Formats: sequence, C-alpha cells, structure tokens
Amino acid sequence: MTIPTNSDSTRTEGGVNAQLLPSPVPVQLIDHHGEAHSDARYALPDPQALLAGYARLISGRRINDQANALVRQGRLAVYPSSHGQEACQVSAALVLQSQDWLFPTYRDTVAVITRGVDPLEVFTLLRGDWHSGYDPYELHVAPQATPLATQLLHAVGVAHAAKLRGEDTVVLALCGDGATSEGDFHEALNFAAVFHVPVVFFVQNNEYAISVPLKNQSVAPSLAHKAIGYGMPGERVDGNDLAALLSVLGAAVDSARSGGGPALIEAHTYRMQAHTNADDATRYRPAEDVDKWIPKDPISRLRTYLRGLSLLDEAAEEQFAADAEAVAAAIRAGLNADVEVDPQELFAHVYTQQTAQLQEQADLLRDELSREAVQS
Amino acid sequence: MTQISERAAAPVEAPARPADPSAAESSATGQPAATAVTFAKALNTALADAMAADDSVLMFGEDVGPLGGVFRITDGLTARFGPGRCFDTPLAEAGIMGMAVGMAMNGMRPVVEMQFDAFAYPAFEQVVSHVAKLPNRTKGRVLLPMVIRIPYAGGIGGVEHHCDSSESYYAHTPGLTVLAPATVRDAYLMLREAIASPDPVVFLEPKKLYWSKEVVDLGELRRSFEDGSAPQTIGSAVVARSGTDATLIAYGPSVPTAMAAAAAAAEEGRSLEVIDVRSLVPFDDETVCASVRRTGRAVVIAETPGFASVAAEIVARVQERCFHSLAAPVRRVTGFDIPYPAPKLEHHFLPSVDRILDTVDELQWEDGQ
Ligand SMILES: Cc1ncc(C[n+]2csc(CCOP(=O)(O)OP(=O)(O)O)c2C)c(N)n1
Ligand SMILES: [Mg+2]
Repeated sequence: MTIPTNSDSTRTEGGVNAQLLPSPVPVQLIDHHGEAHSDARYALPDPQALLAGYARLISGRRINDQANALVRQGRLAVYPSSHGQEACQVSAALVLQSQDWLFPTYRDTVAVITRGVDPLEVFTLLRGDWHSGYDPYELHVAPQATPLATQLLHAVGVAHAAKLRGEDTVVLALCGDGATSEGDFHEALNFAAVFHVPVVFFVQNNEYAISVPLKNQSVAPSLAHKAIGYGMPGERVDGNDLAALLSVLGAAVDSARSGGGPALIEAHTYRMQAHTNADDATRYRPAEDVDKWIPKDPISRLRTYLRGLSLLDEAAEEQFAADAEAVAAAIRAGLNADVEVDPQELFAHVYTQQTAQLQEQADLLRDELSREAVQS
Repeated sequence: MTQISERAAAPVEAPARPADPSAAESSATGQPAATAVTFAKALNTALADAMAADDSVLMFGEDVGPLGGVFRITDGLTARFGPGRCFDTPLAEAGIMGMAVGMAMNGMRPVVEMQFDAFAYPAFEQVVSHVAKLPNRTKGRVLLPMVIRIPYAGGIGGVEHHCDSSESYYAHTPGLTVLAPATVRDAYLMLREAIASPDPVVFLEPKKLYWSKEVVDLGELRRSFEDGSAPQTIGSAVVARSGTDATLIAYGPSVPTAMAAAAAAAEEGRSLEVIDVRSLVPFDDETVCASVRRTGRAVVIAETPGFASVAAEIVARVQERCFHSLAAPVRRVTGFDIPYPAPKLEHHFLPSVDRILDTVDELQWEDGQ
C-alpha cells in the first residue's frame, strides 16, 4: 500500500490505480511460530516497542478474562470479549498520539483502556450505571458505539473539523467485519475520501457477526478491497501479529497526518469466544474451527519472538503478569462496590436546560422515591 | 420526481436574482429599514448573519453550495464564506448527519439541510441514536450544537415524498429541540436562536411559506439578536391573534390557515384566539393553557396525520391541565391518517378554513349555534 498524495491521483485511465490495492496476502512480520519476516514496505517495529506492546497484550487478555468472570458473578450485565483480538486492540491505541481520536465499538474495551481511560469509567456502560462513563474529551476517546458503523461518520466529522481548523489530528475508527455491510460504513468511507480527511478505518475481521460468517456478509475479494471503490488505499494485515499491526496502522496514521487522506485497514483475526456471554456459539460454529486459531494466538507468537531475542525473561514475565493482575484487582474491587446512581440524573442531561416537562417528571420521581423511603 | 416537484414548488414570486448578501446589510446602513421580505430571504439572512458572527458555523448538505439549495435558502453563502464554510456533500443523508455529529463534537456548529422532509429518513438512525442521545449518554460532556434544517410539509402541489409532515417522529425523540416557525420574523429569529443553541435543533421550514412576505426590518432583528434583546423563541408559544370564544392552536404551515379561520369567524361574530406554538419541543404549556382557560374551548390544527401525532399530544396536555375550564372536549383538525396525497387531491387532506370552522361549531356552544 503506497499512499497517494492527493485524491485525484487515485483516478487512472481504464483501470484501478495499483497503489490503492491491498497486499495479496495479509501483511505479516512475525508468524505464529514467532519468526520474523522482512517486508519490502513495512519495517519491523523497534524491539522495545514490541516488548511494551507485549505487556499491554498480557494486560488486555487479563482484562478480558476478568470481565467475563464479572459477568458470571452478576457484576457486569454483559461483555463482548476481544479474547484473541488483543493485538488489534493494543495497536489501535498505541499508534495514536495524544491529540488523535479513537472511535471504538462495544468490543473495543481493551483498546479504550490501553489508550488510558480508567477501566472503572469504561465499565460504567456494561455495569449498567449509565450509557457511557468517561469524558470523551479527556483522552479523545468517543463513547463506545453500539449501532453498527454509525460511529465511523462521527469520526469523519471530527477529522473534517480538525482539517478545517488546520489541526494535526488523526482519527482512528474501529468496526467489525459485519459492520462493513452497513450503509454508514460506505457513506463514511466515501465522505472521508471526497473530503480527503485524516481518518484511518480499522476493521477487525474476526470472521463472525454474531452467528453470521464472513462469507454470508461479503463476497468482495477482501474487506480491504472495498477501499478502492472510494478511491482510498486498502491494506490487510495479520490481526494477531502486533508487529505488523503497529507497522501497518502506524504507516496509515502517519500518512493521514501528513495530508495523505484516509485509508482502510483490515485485520484478519478471530473471535475466540462467543459474541457475548449471552450468546451460544456452538449453535453456529464447530469447536474445531476455534481450535485452529489457538496456535495463531497473538500473545504466544510475540512471547516466542521476544524470548528468542532474549528481551523477555522469567522476571519480566512475572512483572507483566503482576501488573496485569493489579489492573484486574482494581477492576474487581471497583465493580464489587455498589455505586449509587442518582435517579435525578435521568432528567439532567437530556437538554442543557431542563424543560418544564422534564422538571415535572423529575419531581414526580423524587416524590415517589421519598414516599418509598418513608414507608421502608 | 424531484424535478417535477421543484417546478411545482417554484416560487410564486421568485427572487429575480440570487440573493445579494449585501442587500441584507442595507437596513443596517440606514436604507429603507422595514421592507417586504420573504420567509426564504429571512432564513437566508439568518444563516449569513450567523456565519458572519461565528466562524464555527458551517452549512452543508445536498445542492446547498453554488446552487444555493433547491429552495435557494443557502443562496450566496458559498460565494461569501467560501467552500470550506458552505458546501455540497455526496448524496447520502446519514453521511451528512453523522459527519455533522462529529463536527459538532469537535468545535463546529454545523447546520445541515435535508433536501426534503421525506429524504431525511435515511438519516433517521443518526438523528435518533446519536444526535438526540449523545449529550445524555455523556452526561452533557459532549454537546451537539447543530441544526437540522428540513423543508417540510405540503400544500405546494409536490409529488410523493416531498410533502411529509414528519414533526411527530422528531418531537417523540427526547433530546431534540423541534421548531416550526410560521412567520417571516420568526424564521429569522428562530433560526438564529437554533444556531446559537447548545442543543441539537430540528428546524422545520414550512415549504408553502417560503414565498410568503411580511414587512420586517431584518437589520433590526439582527441587532436585537446581537445585543441580546431578541425575544426567546425556543420553548415559547405566542398569541398570534387575540380572541375570547375559543382557542385555535396551530404551528408551522397551519398557522396562516388558523389565522384565516379566525378572520372568517370574526365576520360571523365569533372571536377566536390563535396560538402559534412555534416551539414543538420544548412545549409551552403555560401560554397554551392560559389561553384555553380563558376561552374554555380549543381546536388543535396540524397538517400531520392525527393519529399518535404532535396534535394528539397537544390535545392530551390541554385536556389534562385545563379540564375544569373546558366547556367542550378539545378537538383536532389534522390531516387524515393516510399517506400524503397526490397533488390533485392534497386539498382534501389539508386542514381548511371550512373544516376548522365546522369543528369550532361543534364545540357545544350554549346558544346552540
Ligand atoms: C445497526 C445495528 N444492527 C444490529 C446490531 C446488533 N448487533 C450487535 S453486534 C452485531 C454483530 C456485529 O458484527 P461485527 O461487525 O463483525 O463485529 P463483532 O461483533 O464481530 O466485533 C450485531 C448484529 C447493532 N448493534 N446495530
Ligand atoms: Mg465480526
């Protein structure tokens, strides 16, 4: 993927500009045996960056496990796990600078936490206290979006505003493979390309949209190829290879930042667990399919690679595990404590100034609650 | 289809040439202050004034750039403010709406035009799931100061999909402010207020009123807005005509019809008050109910199909609040519960002076009239 300097250069006589085409196979820099491969266009990241990324993978996996446990204990209403997709999650956060924006979905809790948002604020949504618990402006992380692909357009808007003001901001917008069938996905890519704004669309192709496999979702050569129809470059990358993800996403972010316009990156990964804890994946996919992906795990290959370079030893592993456990413990402690949600807040944020009608309804609820309190 | 309707909707008194932004200035520089101004010109001037006053105000949508919009409401804005401030987008309403959300998140005050009422529906998910909910979802940390302008409702001989009264969908959605001006003066003041509002506003522009004229001094309105003396229109209804016997409650395209009905009733010796609701959400219970308590009778008039509509809501609110002052049940004159009719049949659908007066006659008058 070589990124054109302006949108006009994507138009060629009688054919597709080859520069827009994704690689014939997903870019891979470290294979699942932990062996590095060189790539003509994408450099292997610095080993220290990979080591730091590895620590985030360990922490991300622990967060996924902890959240699943909290659902079983009734502390979270539901959790869409990114188990197996941690390399995508971690890289999405790590390639951004502080002024950049991240637009995550319901599945991207680990990415949001990796960006630095307080896990307890992130879990406000899934715990059921409020629809979003963190301040989007603090670390430039939009609320986790549930209506599929809708957030991609908001990402385009944020980038468009940044461009109009001459700001040095890149927006990374996440979605799943299923979401690429939504109209908003296409409108977002088209708008981003036409207005030539700095957005990187990052599709985590985990092969399923709840129960529906990718083959029933799209018969395009790849999801990354969809970029070509909008005149933007597409690229595909091994979604379990943190090194390749950091390199490919990093290049797209750099290009967007330097005025190269938007890009679409498809990561090939796999949803190792059910859609959420409420889903029964045995109804639509055999366990053997999942087993095939176990050797491709994002953590094990990077461990082998880093151990081979003698960058990772027992002590470092123990330290990373302990750090991850500390994050999990803080999440447990925070979620085991009951928080009071003031029901009056229900009426406080619908409009900046409460309407007379909402004031009446707030009074009604307050009155009901005070009578209940007297009775009990 | 759109072309046909545009012809049908073509201005009766079309502006002879593209609106000249400096023309709006003339009143500020001592030229004839109050002149006959169209509703469309008032909206155009409000947009231009808002864009001049605040660089973060942007205008975009379909054909709103060099063409100036199919109704010419954005006429001259691209020329005056440049293509970064007023521009055409690809043809995709959800795209327009979703991009506006992101721009509003990031410091802009976007004004978007949906080309026609029924062509706003592709954007409905963005409106309901994000425009209306994002400020609440984030406990007010993310505000969306954006305006969704919608040329709306019928009475223009438009073909299918060009005449929907879609207000009830928006009014039913918590988080949206929904406005429907009926006068040239309000067109200016309410659009300025909508653009200044920190909350998202659905701004319904009755198509059939675009070419109605009123003598107003736009320069004075601009100054009143800028020195803070302009009346607050959001959340406030107005008494458009005073009367004592019954209250007609109307908004947007139905206000002139209600006014005509009141004038006709006066000739028959009946004094009807007309309330112009103008702000559907927030709704001004106080002004509406004060009038009904005075008169003891009320008819709500709206073009929308009546079932589960804003008109139905107004009836319910008035009944709940004014029951002991009422001499008769509150009645409705609305469109029928049918898809908007074809041009040759629309006059059967639209609330008419006769239908309003017939309904007023049924309000259990003691004199048996
Ligand atoms: C507009 C919309 N339709 C349906 C849903 C229900 N839904 C939630 S997740 C999901 C599957 C999405 O699959 P994909 O985009 O591949 O993301 P993944 O869950 O695999 O991360 C569906 C159908 C939704 N959230 N939004
Ligand atoms: Mg998927």
